[in-house]
Amino acid sequence: MKFPYSFPLTRAFCLYLGQVVLLAGEAFTSIFSGRVRWRLVVNQIVEIGFGSQAVVIITGIFTGAVFTAQIFFQFNALNMSSAVGPVVSIALCRELGPVLTGLMVAGRVGAAMSAEIGTMKVTEQIDALRALAVNPVDYLVVPRAVAMMVSMPLLVGECIFFALTASYYVATQILNVNSVFFLQHMWFYTHSRDMVMAMIKGFVFALIVVFVGCQQGLTTSNGAVGVGRSTTEAVVISSLTILMINFFLTMGLNIIFPAGGRF
Amino acid sequence: MSALQAKPSQGNLIEVRDLRQTLSGQEILRGVNLDIPKGQTMVLLGRSGGGKSVFLRHLIGLMRPLSGSIRIEGEEIAGLEERELEPVRRKIGMLFQDGALFDSMTVFENIAFPLRERGERNENLIREKVARSLELVSLMGQEKKMPVNLSGGMRKRAALARAIISEPACILYDEPTAGLDPIVSDTINRLIRRLQSQLNVTSVVVTHDMISTNHIADRVSLLREGKIHFDGSLKELHASTDPVITDFIEGRSHEID
Repeated sequence: MKFPYSFPLTRAFCLYLGQVVLLAGEAFTSIFSGRVRWRLVVNQIVEIGFGSQAVVIITGIFTGAVFTAQIFFQFNALNMSSAVGPVVSIALCRELGPVLTGLMVAGRVGAAMSAEIGTMKVTEQIDALRALAVNPVDYLVVPRAVAMMVSMPLLVGECIFFALTASYYVATQILNVNSVFFLQHMWFYTHSRDMVMAMIKGFVFALIVVFVGCQQGLTTSNGAVGVGRSTTEAVVISSLTILMINFFLTMGLNIIFPAGGRF
Repeated sequence: MSALQAKPSQGNLIEVRDLRQTLSGQEILRGVNLDIPKGQTMVLLGRSGGGKSVFLRHLIGLMRPLSGSIRIEGEEIAGLEERELEPVRRKIGMLFQDGALFDSMTVFENIAFPLRERGERNENLIREKVARSLELVSLMGQEKKMPVNLSGGMRKRAALARAIISEPACILYDEPTAGLDPIVSDTINRLIRRLQSQLNVTSVVVTHDMISTNHIADRVSLLREGKIHFDGSLKELHASTDPVITDFIEGRSHEID
């Protein structure tokens, strides 16, 4: 038992994880106690959800397009071009849609959260909130957390929709896949459980982005340099965590929502 | 009788006993004992980096002491949790060194913030109170500006308007005249005096500005090496023959050129 704790990195990781979990616990306690400022939640939904749409749509369109092209090049050689639709669709729903949305939102929103809260920390604005008897977790973290939990599954859905639309266009208009085959097979092999999995992953990634971003912001020190460091760390930590957690989510969720039932 | 056993006075708003704090391994406060009487302006003097601001932050619970006792109106706050401190903080306003205005809000929104957070929904009443606060700090007509567009003095005055809008029993000032020109400093000093006479608030002012001290202080304390070296009236401060005090008042460093 003593061995892992002797590593400074292991200890630092455990400490950091503990801080993020404590922050999440405090935020959820506030949410379930009704300490939610709905006006701020709406503002954050506009900022996070509405404001991230362009990034997510463009990511979806080009990922769907390039993925379709690559699958087509491989499958067409085996005379299986009609399988392009379902493969692209399932891959996007189960993996690419949520992961890419998570990474893009981590870059855009996680960084913004960390920078904004970090700047507030180093300019004593967080202390000013506390001095005015306003809990910073209630005021800063809870609205962002609620907004992320609402926005992320919708952004994931949006990303998948635009990716599949781009996939359909590339497959049928550029690569000459029969549109009836494409749609028919895509519809037949894609299940609602694939979409549910995407939404669950989106929700989990939202929690990672918001709590890592806010934790980084709230623990910022050393002025402008500290804000820069926190912002970078927020993006790096949340992106890597998304990629790692995604594997375990896939393995776990595959038990509940098994893939490939009709293949 | 030791300081810890000292009997709390009925007329004190804040009583601090044997307050100790360490930052980055350095002992900043080494057993501070101080009583702050109600309705008076107490000036805490001391050299830069001597722990004055750290002491002030303890009075509103922004920092937890390593040991010791802090009583606000008789209530011990040293061991309270963050949420338990909120009722205490509602009695106290604080002016931060750089104002600490919320830079995402206009001056009006900043000043109205404490009212809105305490559940006030009557917009007419909020407007009326904000206008009154702005008038007290002589900052009318600046409501729509963003903090970034205000000068240092205006930012401090706006922050003061935010601190006083909910009519606290006590206002803590962290270096209210630092970095301001003498004219703006005089305006801030007059403002502190005016707030005391009009709202009868207790004020704790942390500064090393002797001009400001002479203008506003009812009582003066000198923090030196983490302890209260002197505590008395302004008259007693000036009458003191203690070389530490006279050096501080006259600004002598004893360094050889």
